[in-house]
Amino acid sequence: MDLLEYQGKQFFATYDLPVSDGEAATSVDGAVAAAERLGTPVMIKAQVHTGGRGKAGGVKFAADIDAVRAHADDILGLNIKGHIVKHLWIEKASDIAEEYYASFTLDRSAKTHLGMLSASGGIEIETVAEQNPDAIAKIWVNPIDGLTENQCRQWVLAAKLNPTVTEQVVELLLKLYRAYTEGDASLVEINPLIVTPAGKIHVLDAKVTLDDNAGFRQNLAPYDATQPRDEREAAAHEKGLEYVGLEGSVGVIANGAGLAMSTVDVVNQVGGRSANFLDIGGGADADVMAGALEVINNDPEVRSIFINIFGGITRGDEVANGIIEAMNRVDIKAPIVIRLDGTNAVVGWALLEPHLSDRLQSEPTMLEAAQLAVELAGSTPT
Amino acid sequence: MSIFLDENTKVVYQGLTGSQGRYYGMLNRDYGTQVVAGTNPKKAGTGVDGVPIYATVADAVAHTGANASCVFIPAAGVRGAVLEAAEGGVELIVVITEGVPMHDEVYLYNKLKADHPNVRLLGPNCPGLISPGKANVGITAAHIAKEGGPVGVVSRSGTLTYQALYELKQKNVGCTTCVGIGGDPVPGTSFIDCLAAFEDDPATKAIMMIGEIGGSAEEEAAKFIASNVSKPVVAYIAGVTAPPGKKMGHAGAIVSGGKGTAQAKISALATAGAHVGQSPSEAGDLMAEIVAGF
Repeated sequence: MDLLEYQGKQFFATYDLPVSDGEAATSVDGAVAAAERLGTPVMIKAQVHTGGRGKAGGVKFAADIDAVRAHADDILGLNIKGHIVKHLWIEKASDIAEEYYASFTLDRSAKTHLGMLSASGGIEIETVAEQNPDAIAKIWVNPIDGLTENQCRQWVLAAKLNPTVTEQVVELLLKLYRAYTEGDASLVEINPLIVTPAGKIHVLDAKVTLDDNAGFRQNLAPYDATQPRDEREAAAHEKGLEYVGLEGSVGVIANGAGLAMSTVDVVNQVGGRSANFLDIGGGADADVMAGALEVINNDPEVRSIFINIFGGITRGDEVANGIIEAMNRVDIKAPIVIRLDGTNAVVGWALLEPHLSDRLQSEPTMLEAAQLAVELAGSTPT
Repeated sequence: MSIFLDENTKVVYQGLTGSQGRYYGMLNRDYGTQVVAGTNPKKAGTGVDGVPIYATVADAVAHTGANASCVFIPAAGVRGAVLEAAEGGVELIVVITEGVPMHDEVYLYNKLKADHPNVRLLGPNCPGLISPGKANVGITAAHIAKEGGPVGVVSRSGTLTYQALYELKQKNVGCTTCVGIGGDPVPGTSFIDCLAAFEDDPATKAIMMIGEIGGSAEEEAAKFIASNVSKPVVAYIAGVTAPPGKKMGHAGAIVSGGKGTAQAKISALATAGAHVGQSPSEAGDLMAEIVAGF
């Protein structure tokens, strides 16, 4: 899950990385109070899950409190690439002499960690990689060995930073690697990593992605609370469903990410458009299926529902019970087409048989079911 | 023949005393898999439906000659369970558990590579593997797989694997072995490992490969196919309509920074000479045509 900048900085601070003093705020008054405590000048920074904040007017320098008030008022509520600004981060302004880039992430091909360091910071690393690939010093770190100080120093030297900060950067990168591994991050990125006129290195921006799977040993709740989700996604998330909102009219429920993705594709292929991706997961029981149907049912764009289940760890009888339960519990507005195969499918069919009608139809294959669902979506009045 | 798993494989189930482990362990046994042991340090000396429970994998190996393990342990315990299995002396470790942290996966991959190079790890977050008519280890609904070959199947997605097997069976095409490698960012066994094994397996005459968006495993597989695979390959890639930046369920399935798109994977595979189906059923049709020509 992606952290907001200020969350990333707070995360970094727990690993002793040099970040600016700052405070988060959700109102103009809150921003002013924060700036008074910190002392001007400060930077007012929009906290949204997207890049390009500066260009969109989401990052402003405030020399005094009046400027803080004016900028905070402008930035709160700003729409940056579809993300409405609800959080501000107010931090002490820093003077910049040089801008670097540093990150760790997983290299899926090499199956080791990849560290990238560059003297060309402040712009997107993809742009640097494209225009001047030699400006990025890379290091591959085997997790068994970890990042040694010696290795790290060689890496820093290879990046051709200002030699006066070599030791500071070595120390910082060792801490950053620790934050990456011990914090269960899949990405830690500092861009820019600045050198101040006084020759101190400092973390000016923070991009951190934490591993959703590490919830059993990391406290992810505060970050989870600020994830950008539309209404449908929020409702699904609350029920523990893997849901991604899309733009079409065929509601999709499937078990397993691959089958769910494929179902969305096949709906598209036969001329329809899916309203969502929804994976009820492995081993989903009746309650999960009923919850999934409720989420789909609350989407006003949905004109038909395609349930595509291939039982492995998920059992056909549980799926059937869930559908029947949901139909009893809520008024399902759109007609349902179901395709059910795999583990206990025969039992599932026996359960569904008495409930089949024009509101609940079945098709033997994925393709035929998709065709019927798309046809029903087209003929169901809006 | 088959790859990685056959009727002689003896499997110890780590987590056989749990509800999922027991359910699928017994289903696997009913199918014909040699389910020789389970492990649970607190229940050593007991049994599950006649299968003896030992404290550790090493004990199970010593008493039963187990040479494979299947892991149904919760995510927090997977790292320890896999190391225990590798040190205990099995050659194949199949991890069904989903939700294993990336840092544990990348650690296990490199640890096994360094200290136990002859141990094959499959998964985590995979459905397991089945050599139809011989043995099934994991959660694949076995009845959908037709035995006898000549197709080897390898897939990154669980339910899509079942879909692929089902499509083949509908068309009366059998399968030598079907391997679900799992959808996580650092799978223990890769497409390439499976492609190489199928290429070497005389009973496998053609290979079906199911991929999805995210990462570059399919592109790497395409390169391998072009230079190392002489048998016909049929491929299907899920996620053609997936929007960038949205994780489609699997931790690995995301189009980010314009990389990992279905289109890039499809064209890489097509360029490598693979036959790419636009849907699972079209992939099944393509494979049926190829098999009919043998």
